[in-house]
Amino acid sequence: MYPLHLTVNGTAHDVEVDPRRSLLDLVRETLNLKGPKKGCDHGQCGACTMIVNGRRINSCLSLALSHEGDEVTTVEGLADGEELHPLQQAFVEEDAFQCGICTSGQLCSAAALIDEIKEGLPSVVTGQDPVELNDEEIRERMSGNLCRCGAYNNIVEAIRSAAGEQR
Amino acid sequence: MKPFEYDRLENSHDLSAVANGRYLGGGTNLIDLMKHQIETPDVLVDVTRAGMDTIEQRDGAVLVGSQVSNTDLAAHPLIRKHYSVLSTALLSGATQQLRNKATTGGNFLQRTRCQYFYDTKRACNKRQPGSGCDAMNGLNRFHAILGESENCIAVHPSDMAVAMAALDAVVLTRKPDGSERRIPAADLHRLPGDRPDLDHVLEQGELIVGVELPEKPPKLQAYRKVRDRSSYAFAVVSAAVALDVEDGQMRNVRIGLGGVAHKPWRASKAEAALEGKAPDTALFMQAMREEMADATGHGHNDFKITLAPRVVVSMLKQLTGLGEN
Amino acid sequence: MDHAPTTLIGDALNRVDGPAKVTGTAMYAGDYKIEGGISEGYIVEAPVGPGRITKLDVSAAENADGVIAVLTYRNAPAQKPYGTPEDEGRFTQSHAVLENDQVRHFGEPVALVVAETLEQARYAASLIEIEIEPGEGVYNPLEHRDQEEQPESVDGLSEVDTYEGDFDAEFAGSDFTVEASYFTGAQHSAAMEPHVTVAQWDGEKLTIHMAIQIIASAVSAFANTLGIDEENIRIISPFTGGGFGSKLGVHNEAILAALAAKHCGCAVRVAQTRRNVFANGPHRSRHLQELKLGAGKDGKLKAIRHYSLASMARNYPFAEAPASPTRASYSANAIHTIHRVVKADIPKVDSMRAPGEAIGTLTFETAIDELAEKCGIDPVEFRLINEPQADPTSGDDFASRRLVECIRTGAEKFGWSGRVKPGSRREGRKLIGHGMAVAIRPNTLSPASAEVSLTADGRLTARLDMTDIGTGSYTILTQIAAETLSIPADRITMELGDSSFPTTAGSGGSFGAASSGSALFDACNSLKSALGERLAQAGVTANAFTIKGEKIVAGDREIALADILDQDGLQAEGSVDPDNHGNGKAEYSYGVQFAEVEVDADTGELRVRRMVGVFDAGRILNRKTARSQLMGGMIFGIGGALLEESLVDDRYGSFMNRDFAEYHIAVNRDVPDLDVNMLDGYSKGSNPLGSKGIGELGICGAGPAIANAVYEATGVRVRKFPIHLEDVLDQLPAL
Repeated sequence: MYPLHLTVNGTAHDVEVDPRRSLLDLVRETLNLKGPKKGCDHGQCGACTMIVNGRRINSCLSLALSHEGDEVTTVEGLADGEELHPLQQAFVEEDAFQCGICTSGQLCSAAALIDEIKEGLPSVVTGQDPVELNDEEIRERMSGNLCRCGAYNNIVEAIRSAAGEQR
Repeated sequence: MKPFEYDRLENSHDLSAVANGRYLGGGTNLIDLMKHQIETPDVLVDVTRAGMDTIEQRDGAVLVGSQVSNTDLAAHPLIRKHYSVLSTALLSGATQQLRNKATTGGNFLQRTRCQYFYDTKRACNKRQPGSGCDAMNGLNRFHAILGESENCIAVHPSDMAVAMAALDAVVLTRKPDGSERRIPAADLHRLPGDRPDLDHVLEQGELIVGVELPEKPPKLQAYRKVRDRSSYAFAVVSAAVALDVEDGQMRNVRIGLGGVAHKPWRASKAEAALEGKAPDTALFMQAMREEMADATGHGHNDFKITLAPRVVVSMLKQLTGLGEN
Repeated sequence: MDHAPTTLIGDALNRVDGPAKVTGTAMYAGDYKIEGGISEGYIVEAPVGPGRITKLDVSAAENADGVIAVLTYRNAPAQKPYGTPEDEGRFTQSHAVLENDQVRHFGEPVALVVAETLEQARYAASLIEIEIEPGEGVYNPLEHRDQEEQPESVDGLSEVDTYEGDFDAEFAGSDFTVEASYFTGAQHSAAMEPHVTVAQWDGEKLTIHMAIQIIASAVSAFANTLGIDEENIRIISPFTGGGFGSKLGVHNEAILAALAAKHCGCAVRVAQTRRNVFANGPHRSRHLQELKLGAGKDGKLKAIRHYSLASMARNYPFAEAPASPTRASYSANAIHTIHRVVKADIPKVDSMRAPGEAIGTLTFETAIDELAEKCGIDPVEFRLINEPQADPTSGDDFASRRLVECIRTGAEKFGWSGRVKPGSRREGRKLIGHGMAVAIRPNTLSPASAEVSLTADGRLTARLDMTDIGTGSYTILTQIAAETLSIPADRITMELGDSSFPTTAGSGGSFGAASSGSALFDACNSLKSALGERLAQAGVTANAFTIKGEKIVAGDREIALADILDQDGLQAEGSVDPDNHGNGKAEYSYGVQFAEVEVDADTGELRVRRMVGVFDAGRILNRKTARSQLMGGMIFGIGGALLEESLVDDRYGSFMNRDFAEYHIAVNRDVPDLDVNMLDGYSKGSNPLGSKGIGELGICGAGPAIANAVYEATGVRVRKFPIHLEDVLDQLPAL
């Protein structure tokens, strides 16, 4: 067991971990935050997406120990107390989920996506142009979050609407 | 996942203490394989906090630290402007989540996606030397048509490495004894031969510390990835093409192919056939047919022999103004 | 008090469980915490099958760190034989696992390692040494056509085969014919939540948290497998992370969890890994489908013959019915439909979203397209010409059929301008094609019951064992109760997914909303009558009343609920019996799909550019969630046409692409603008609500619309699915 210090949703944690433990299993099992889901455990579905130091990652493919000192945000950290994050509200309004199992990952991805656009990070559809938020960009950038129920179009609507509100 | 010791490298200039370890970068492939126990290191050395995370210009060349994330490399203004084939290749790979974690060095070292490599119940010489190759007479739509051996028909899955090969990038390494090597990106990976378990030429304990992108890359560059899904899929075939057109003649023609071989494949025969000639669709096709002269299909992947030339010809047409977007 | 206005059936009410799902607080089976902790089970799979275990050395695993037990056939608690009682259905009979040294198929569990943590269990599993003496296996039905047989039944239909009219004569007398063989690959439902079960024993009592679509049959399955009374089993499943057929029944992880919890005396969770799901969950079989169609010069269909061959997993009686749509879509002088299976030594074959129609329309509707072309008739017109007046196979009247309206509306919305010469529509490097197909799906009703309770604080609680797998059960049931009792939605608590609640048919086969909804409707009507009686006793006679806050409002009278209700409120029960509905009418949901695809003229890459769907699903219970379900179905259809295939290595009978990197479901960027339209109506007699099934309709016809568009784009009739770029590559224009 190895000592680990990290911050999750603003709360500092000092824990002892098996070096094999993924960040996802640390959050779900050790810290008991069940929002992030395990859809594949191999970085192929996006249900476990968390935001680490401002960047979204697949928490299932990341050893907990490699996050010493990191700031982690999960779906539980998006809302401001009782008030839903604009993306959460938009997901409800646009019906951007059905079964809901991929939703926490979709939301973390979407929150990071909006920041990536602001930061000017390109995607493969950006080309040489300046980065802007449009449907093609959202679709490409959200392609790491599978949704078997097929809520994709509503997810795009929700992100567009929430990003608009934030401007 | 087999139990292992976890260590962190603090200083990339001193590898003496970690010589027996396996280096951990972003881990997006290594952790995946460790969960399947296809990789079973005893000691894991996290190198993500040992520096090696900057991109800088030196004497015209661009030096990229091995721990620069795929996201940061693809987004860097120098890369987007002068090495767009690399930026596009990086952004064609994986997803934003994976690119945020994956590193430049690690991207080179990702292992094949061959389904028989991943299924530990099936025969695979790469995973278990001497066990055989179930892909040879099995499901091989994604497999190699060039440079394969009777022992292995796996392909290397990286997009980035194909662009690096086409750009004549140089991989910079350091060994535990402190010595350093400069390995052309196109020579980093091996053909399978009778040792398909070896993907590359690096020695135990040798660390990729960075990549050097040579100055004055060809001006016309493109990367195209043919895939079944429009995103988040490995290449059926991919191609990185870079060239200049000067006075109506093609110069510095570089063609890298992905999804066709055990390594990023430099189409040197085609490059030679095009060098110094005027752009011409028939010539493009003839050059690529020459490149494919020794290609062999294994059943499900026969079509790649037709597809790969079409992809490159289409790109050459586009880059030289003969084709449509 | 100010309350949200009363919600009516059909309104686009936001999902009532939405806030729980977007905040990560909705509890799925794998999320439960149990006092005393949960041990983790990890499945060890057989590398091949069928066969006999000749070596199973678990000693190293047993001695590994954190391991509590290793379960094998040698020490597993007693179970009833797999597949018994034989007269029970496949969902309720014994699903015994680790029974003996025999392995039925590759991937079947041969051991379960239970440890304190997942990391420990997973590693210990790798230490188990297994040797299997392989037996002769049948894997590919196409290689064993000598063993084809007629199944005892096919899914969702009363007849396995139908032979209406003289096919040979009609086919011979046809002016234009199509005769073609089609192959559709195996597929997996691949719900994003892998199958997961947490089991805990308290003496004789077994408590199960699991991902499941139908609770009641799962209770029976546990009882029949473990030989215990159903009264001792409680299943809790308020949220399930997608099913698409794969969670209709219980699977290996569920039984293993129960066995391990008993053996170890602690709560055990067994979560299938994503790779496990491909062998320990069900799949859709590979199919060979042969179609023979004939029409006259006038485009009228004379002869239809649809033959289908699939695998049936040995000892698991399920056969899909791809010829289902063929029986009811068009009028023809002769319609023959035949289903055959070959019994195979493979993992369970079972329902995947729209069993029958998803792959049946894929082949039948592409063959119809081909025939229309041969006749020189526009495919839209061809379908209108062949519109039947009564069910073409049974002769029964249709309960409601608005297919023609769907087709005409769809053609207009899509801007259908008739077929062009294949390969002639081009934009830059892209070849563009348009295609269309009809959607049809049987509509059914199943027995269900519900109970409701109104308390003096003006709150209504409804209970039924209905599940919500993403369909919107919580929401549409809330709307049904709100409208029926004139009570605000935010005063209603819908409690679902618990075997201690009244029994429903659960979620599946597109019957969930109609069945559970009708039962709840009945319960609410009973409660309404009882309330009317209480009001009358209080001296108020009213035809209508509204519940507002803690009062009941009837005309100009307001009465405190506390004055007319008992201490514990007022309760009512309700149910629906399908025998009282339908009246011998042919029941289907309908639709039409139009698709525009682009094909890269240089590389053959295929992408969908836009789709229009128009659907007749009777009364729409919630416009928002219904649209979402139909859209999700259309996306499934994109996958079926262009992406999804579970690849089998026939040397081993094993699936090889057992993860999301290799089994491709559509990603966000694969999905274009989808224009989803519903002909809101009322299907009289179908059920008390007038609704029709919607959960599977959106897939039907989506695949063939795309395939027909690929043909128009390239001139290639691809007869194997999914369609890949190499299927059109050789026919692309020269560079």
